[in-house]
Amino acid sequence: MPKLSTIQWAGLAFFLLAIFVAVPGFIAASGRSDLYYTLTSVALLSIASAGVWLTFYIGRINIGQGAFALIGAYVSAILVTKAGMSFWLSLPLAGLFAAGVAVLIGLPILRLRGVYFAMISLVLTQVVTLTALALPITNGAKGITSIPLPGGVSILGLTLIPDFATLENPRLAFYYSACVLMVLTFAAMYRLVNSRLGHLCRSMQQNEELASSIGVNISYIRIIIFAISSFLGGIGGAMFGSIAQSVYPSSFQVADSVNFMLNCFLGGLGYVFGPMLGTLVLYFGWDLLFELGRFQLLAYSSLLIILMLFLPNGLLSLRLPGKKGDDK
Amino acid sequence: MSHLLEVRHVTKKFGGLTANSDISFNVNENEILSVIGPNGAGKSTLFKMISSFLPTTAGEVLFKGERISNLKPHVVARKGVVRTFQETTIFKSMTVRESIIVAQHLRARASLAGYFWGTKTAHEDVDSFGQYADDLIEFLGMTEIANEQASNLPQGNLRALGIAIGLATDPKVLLLDEPFAGMNHDETMKMVNLVRKVRDDRGVTVLLVEHDMPAVMNISDRIVVLNFGEMIAEGTPAEIQNNEKVIEAYLGSADDEIGI
Repeated sequence: MPKLSTIQWAGLAFFLLAIFVAVPGFIAASGRSDLYYTLTSVALLSIASAGVWLTFYIGRINIGQGAFALIGAYVSAILVTKAGMSFWLSLPLAGLFAAGVAVLIGLPILRLRGVYFAMISLVLTQVVTLTALALPITNGAKGITSIPLPGGVSILGLTLIPDFATLENPRLAFYYSACVLMVLTFAAMYRLVNSRLGHLCRSMQQNEELASSIGVNISYIRIIIFAISSFLGGIGGAMFGSIAQSVYPSSFQVADSVNFMLNCFLGGLGYVFGPMLGTLVLYFGWDLLFELGRFQLLAYSSLLIILMLFLPNGLLSLRLPGKKGDDK
Repeated sequence: MSHLLEVRHVTKKFGGLTANSDISFNVNENEILSVIGPNGAGKSTLFKMISSFLPTTAGEVLFKGERISNLKPHVVARKGVVRTFQETTIFKSMTVRESIIVAQHLRARASLAGYFWGTKTAHEDVDSFGQYADDLIEFLGMTEIANEQASNLPQGNLRALGIAIGLATDPKVLLLDEPFAGMNHDETMKMVNLVRKVRDDRGVTVLLVEHDMPAVMNISDRIVVLNFGEMIAEGTPAEIQNNEKVIEAYLGSADDEIGI
């Protein structure tokens, strides 16, 4: 089990300072509080992308994360509005529900490999959208609206999380919550990838037959990984629904699922922190190209193609040449 | 019962084609047994059924009296019957040492969650995996290439790596898939010695499928001969060399190919 080096500790401290102190400071100074929403979205989308990255790690191309984000968003919204549950309790439950659905769907489809798995996973988002349209509990096309802001959490009179509705600036509170979730997610991912489960995933990514010949229960590990992946999708989606205070069948679409996958590609499939960087670049890249008007999509997709041609191992391979980026 | 592995009336049909028909033989503990036969004799099919990579159509394979056919490969590996592959089947972007560490999966005592949280058992496991890997690397004489990435290794070393991965699981029976294929005489002799050493020093029973006649005659305690999916002979190398059916089966190929 690897210990972090001094440089890695310094990098971590710098990163935490940046997102928890520098960014809010900058926004307060410049008065661009719209950036809170953007950055919160990036943090949440990167959590869902981290899940997709994990399925890449067992050699599966997952274009279905939007389905699990949508499931998470609906589960949390229903628990909060219909059952009056605290949002903070509904958040893990949304993740667990998404993971449960992933186990049921994964049992048959995870046997498929390559493009076949990718195609099936592509359908999932549409299936969940249509299900949400048809079910009474999800309120069809009208969706679930006016979801109350997350309430407070206190233990023995000590306030751990304040009631968001009473806050002067709930945007900042959402930003902090999303960042804490993101940091937890990526810390867990780093740990997982460098633990035995991560080694087994790598062995399966490289050769499933050989992995099973050394006694690895490959179908079990595939299910576990897909469940963790969908758990992250569900968490990300649930938090998103809470920020928007509404969930519609179109909250997450096939295009979102494709974006989750692109985030991973862009950041680098060989790096745990790839999806975080990929999400940031992709999200801001799209916004920056807004000036180009109707050429926005054209420029955006051309840039993506160029990036994938010249940096097939992702953006992070620029900084760490050949360190461990050749996981293919 | 001294038979470690029993192949009983095993039959495999692919549609109308019978790849193996009613094959029965036993493997004794600590023995090196080879399965030979001309191309298309059904050796590989038999091999896959013994390791449960293919289900049997009829018949069964027993290990210590327990059925191991028609299970899942990882279950069979767990019982101690482990197969190797030909050289292209490796963990390409792992080093030799990493591959051997991963392959010790069956020796793990901590749970996967235990490794994640870093429990005491998990730490002990990780230390013991490293220790065992170093021992195995030394045993197999692979110290110099221990930190080489597998994709950079030459063919001969890949074969040894395959055996190392199999051995890392601490098997009772090791099934070797054409360990001498494509090797020259010197490489073959090295590999023959290695396989012997595995049997002698580690007490591993070896069952191998092979084309290379001189090597098979040299290494085997007993030989089973297949032809067109049927078992035509079983015996010591000397008996096989003088078996009329075997000579007939190989007619058309040069005499020296069966080592006479």
